[in-house]
Amino acid sequence: MTVERDVMEFDVLIVGAGPAGLATAIRLKQLDPERNVCLLEKGPIVGAHSLAGAVIEPDALDRLLPNWKDTPPEVCVPVAKDEVHMMTESGSIKFPIVPPQMNNHGNYIISLGALTTMLAEQAEALGVEIYPGFPAREPLYNDAGEVIGVRTGDMGVDLNGNPKDSYTPGMDLHAKITVFAEGCRGSCSKELIKKFELDKDADPQTYGIGIKELWSVPEGQCQEGLVMHTMGWPLDSKTYGGSFVYHLNDNKIAIGFVVGLDYEDPDLEPFEKFQQFKNHPKIKPMLEGGEIVSYGARAIVEGGWQSLPKMEMPGAMLIGDAAGTLNVPKIKGVHQALKSGMEAAEHIFAENKSAGYDARIRQGEVGKELKKVRNLRPSFHFGLWLGVLISAIETVTMGLLPWTLKNHADHSALKKRDPNKPKPVKKERDLPPRDRLSAVYFAATEHDEDQPVHLKVADTNICVTQCAEEYDNPCTRFCPAGVYEMVDDAEGKRLQINAANCVHCKTCDIKDPYQIINWVTPEGGSGPNYQLM
Amino acid sequence: MKALVPIKRVVDYNVRIRVKGDGTGVDLNGVKMSVNPFDEIANEAALKLKEAGVISEVVVVTIGTAKAEDQLRSELARGADRGIHVVTDEEVQPLQAARILAELVKRESADVVIAGKQAIDDDNNQTPQMLATLLDWPQATFASDIKIDGGKATVQREIDAGAETLEVDLPAVISADLRLNEPRFIKLPDIMKAKRKPLDKLELSEFDIDVPKLEVVSTSNPPAREPGRMVKSVDELVAALKDKGLV
Repeated sequence: MTVERDVMEFDVLIVGAGPAGLATAIRLKQLDPERNVCLLEKGPIVGAHSLAGAVIEPDALDRLLPNWKDTPPEVCVPVAKDEVHMMTESGSIKFPIVPPQMNNHGNYIISLGALTTMLAEQAEALGVEIYPGFPAREPLYNDAGEVIGVRTGDMGVDLNGNPKDSYTPGMDLHAKITVFAEGCRGSCSKELIKKFELDKDADPQTYGIGIKELWSVPEGQCQEGLVMHTMGWPLDSKTYGGSFVYHLNDNKIAIGFVVGLDYEDPDLEPFEKFQQFKNHPKIKPMLEGGEIVSYGARAIVEGGWQSLPKMEMPGAMLIGDAAGTLNVPKIKGVHQALKSGMEAAEHIFAENKSAGYDARIRQGEVGKELKKVRNLRPSFHFGLWLGVLISAIETVTMGLLPWTLKNHADHSALKKRDPNKPKPVKKERDLPPRDRLSAVYFAATEHDEDQPVHLKVADTNICVTQCAEEYDNPCTRFCPAGVYEMVDDAEGKRLQINAANCVHCKTCDIKDPYQIINWVTPEGGSGPNYQLM
Repeated sequence: MKALVPIKRVVDYNVRIRVKGDGTGVDLNGVKMSVNPFDEIANEAALKLKEAGVISEVVVVTIGTAKAEDQLRSELARGADRGIHVVTDEEVQPLQAARILAELVKRESADVVIAGKQAIDDDNNQTPQMLATLLDWPQATFASDIKIDGGKATVQREIDAGAETLEVDLPAVISADLRLNEPRFIKLPDIMKAKRKPLDKLELSEFDIDVPKLEVVSTSNPPAREPGRMVKSVDELVAALKDKGLV
């Protein structure tokens, strides 16, 4: 079927209304109000798909919008107290000092959804055209192979791929420069990295999965401004990860758990670890009697300096976490994303081309910050204790030691399951949610059921045969939204994909050991409706 | 023929709303807001009639905060010709809304009002009926099909027992039910064009809406469901039901 598609032209096209994309848009308009800048966002509104801890360093925001505190985001609580704990099953030990990179003096606890909402208002006031509900489905190329823009997704296509009465074809947006700011494991970015071999000189990218809940708790349980991080239990010492507990204002607590996706145990269930953690005697009293406001999950890019792909290609750039600028030891990515976006805008303004952006980032502030801490995250490959030790040495020597530890691809880290090993027994716990389905309810995620499944599994036979045998279908455990289910009924054993539950975290695309799951954008506006996440 | 379509900014239907701690209402902090879905259907119906050559102009109206302009622009992008925004931070209840709309119908000399049957925030289902009364126009509520021909509208209504077909003289108020149509997707270039469509802003003080207001006494959650328990046999089930006085 050939489809007539509308075409629109812009000076600069930005994909993704996260901190990186919005910073690019704002800075461009500040430098050159005449330039026409278009920003696409797959979520139904800006902020609906944004999820982060999040404690931010305000320096980047201060530079982008010196008066940002006059119109602060809806959640913006100065950090009052910083704690790091090592957890055991029944107790915890508080670190006598907070590691320097985790020191949050002068920082703010925010909601990324509220921050992007605020940034989008600023961008629109400057004349940026923002279109939420329009995902970039695929990059477009000219005959020379250069990126010339993107095609937005078709609307009104049924489950089998046939047009419905409401069929509305996506359109082609062309631009002199396209900036991909899709966030961690973006679907267009993934294609571009492959096509232009942007990662050929880099280590494989590595990731984590972060699961978060926002709670409203009874009076007296929230200590406004408290920032708490933990390591250890309920993860074993071979698995990288930990928690964050941020006490906001208005009796709200943001709590979350991160598991490095280089974990080895196919039985591991990140959601269950998070729920166990919440029921730890140190944590439970903070939440008891409260209610969940919102639930969500997102993959986090953790590869840092070694894994940073080349951030430019003919006609386009890769910025923020779409490339991987997050600083893992700091547990922060927002300031880096903002800076990479501002740099992108300044580069476009000065050069009018993408070439040179990669060098600019690597030699600039964003790259230097990543290089300094490059060995911290990979050192945990040797386990928790050696990881802490090496991290301490690297921190004291400020990353000047002449080695760089390697990163390995997460999907290859999974070990085959020992068929004789008993399945882990689920621990009793009583704080809600009781399971992933009741959790997803709080993500308010929505996908029209009558649309093509946006999780493309290349060969579902593997699920029933090889994967069932080797790993016992880990997708049914690592997905935080219960999208993947193995069913065995009259039609036989098969994989069932409950795509409507998807919260767009991209974990499946990353961790699937056979790399046969491809996450693509669903119909525009589908996905979670996060509230202050 | 000119159609007036009222639009309301409401909490999005996907959002799980929460009652505020002090029971004074629901927490709208950081909550996604959208066009009331029934109003989208009403606008789509008006646009279809316009495309069929029956209606010549579709005017969308909203009464609400400055931010309600987003919803008005969204319906302009869907295809309405012109917008009217009565700006107010006050909570507007059905009778006040109906009075404002009645005044606008007169000012605009509208020939038909196509409204959503109710807004999904308060679920009142009152404004279209009150508006018809204030204008002394016929009304056809819960429409699942609308045909307009020769100064009359033939409207199929959704009623408890199935469907009912009414014929009303125009001008009339018609309220849209869920099955009337499936609103079209909004196209990106149309959003851009909608930014330049005419939109009049009016002040609430221009309208005579001095009527008594309903007072919300309290807002509370429905009682929590008690946890269930597994029974091992039918006898045990029967005994448990008897125990609760249910059989």
